[in-house]
Amino acid sequence: MKVGVLALQGAFGLHERAFRRIGVAALQVRTASELAEVDRLVIPGGESTAMSKLLDANGLTAPLADRLAGGMPVLGTCAGLILLAAEVVDGYPGQHCFGAVDMAVRRNGYGRQSESFSAPVDVRGWESAFPGVFIRAPVVESAGADVEVLAELAGAPVLCRQGSAVVSSFHPELSEDDRVHRWFATQQ
Amino acid sequence: MDPKLGSMAAELMTSRETGTPLVKRGLAEMLKGGVIMDVVTPEQAKVAEDAGAVAVMALERVPADIRRDGGVARMSDPEMIAGIQEAVTIPVMAKARIGHFAEAQILEALDVDYIDESEVLTPADEAHHIDKWAFTVPFVCGATNLGEALRRISEGACMIRSKGEAGTGNIVEAVRHLRSIIGDVRKISQADSAELYDWAKQIRAPLPLVREVAETGWLPVPLFCAGGISTPADAALVMQLGAEAVFVGSGIFKSADPAPRAKAIVEAATNYRDPHILAKISRGLGEPMVGLEIDGLATRLADRGW
Repeated sequence: MKVGVLALQGAFGLHERAFRRIGVAALQVRTASELAEVDRLVIPGGESTAMSKLLDANGLTAPLADRLAGGMPVLGTCAGLILLAAEVVDGYPGQHCFGAVDMAVRRNGYGRQSESFSAPVDVRGWESAFPGVFIRAPVVESAGADVEVLAELAGAPVLCRQGSAVVSSFHPELSEDDRVHRWFATQQ
Repeated sequence: MDPKLGSMAAELMTSRETGTPLVKRGLAEMLKGGVIMDVVTPEQAKVAEDAGAVAVMALERVPADIRRDGGVARMSDPEMIAGIQEAVTIPVMAKARIGHFAEAQILEALDVDYIDESEVLTPADEAHHIDKWAFTVPFVCGATNLGEALRRISEGACMIRSKGEAGTGNIVEAVRHLRSIIGDVRKISQADSAELYDWAKQIRAPLPLVREVAETGWLPVPLFCAGGISTPADAALVMQLGAEAVFVGSGIFKSADPAPRAKAIVEAATNYRDPHILAKISRGLGEPMVGLEIDGLATRLADRGW
């Protein structure tokens, strides 16, 4: 099994570090040929507008859509969640959302950096709370019937799954708690 | 990358908190691999966002114009900053003078996403920088060497940018500063525990931060590069040298055709190790900004900071 981390921009290095801690060597993905080599993919936090443009510039938009349609397991954190959502409310023109998870999200829904925060997140079925770090995070405004909500914060879903796609509005890569990465690397 | 980022998350997280070191450094982590562009109008901010900038720096004059016009350079008009905040959805940064904590308080009240305590503006205090721990908003500061970087981090800076020489379009000082910072990180990583005391004394940096550099092999916060970047090749050069993202000041909007140059520099920051892609995106960008020789400068902005 080969795990890739989309390395166009953002916190891809921290995701690689998290996988290294659990003994998984993740590959950086910047081109279509690199994408073809991996079995599952992380789309990291960063700026979703910049990543959308870099997906186009590097010829990754169509190949990524094909892989997602083919059921490749994918983990999207923050900007990654936005890119995997079905709808971006008040979105930037030309912003990609691949529709892997049937949800509508609002970019920077919690506000500017002054509103960025950390908070414990209770994940269904996990023994202790996960340290959630929310940086200019998106708010999930609605989720379809096929979306499994695994954690909520103040009434909004923050960790969800649909099929082989997992998305979080917080940044598991900013903590040293590897449960999200371990779960993603081993899920069927 | 800083392992202590994570340990803070695990130890302290019992309730919802804003402005923690992890939350402040977190935004810098999200900007990695990206380009932060100086803009002076909402229209320029839109050009930057359309090109794929990860953030904009809102200021009244780009460094090349500050250098040309002379006089005292201050914090920008809040109305101008607010106009840029309304124009774009990406983070908006703004500059305060070195030591001018009242300007920083005003910028925090304006809800900017990052404050740059910047040598490009005229310093307000010749001995003290801002106590950045006192703020919820994160700060970036410039540095020419590792000691200066660690002093700024000890004051609460959550991101360091190598200074270069702003407004010159000349990359030579950026390279000098990056090589100095990263070279000393490499040497400290090889030092034994007794040598670290002397390192702390020689570079005038707090011993705990010197120890952290020795243990992790990197700065405790992200290291970006600024000052003199004006081509995709410049961005690729500093990224290969170890910068984790780039600031472009005068280099975009003082060039002949800003939009394609901005887009090309964004693509260069991502594809910095691929010369074939760099060759393709460097084609036909028009004239870059006119550069200046460092020896001919009346004012060296990089010398500001203590």
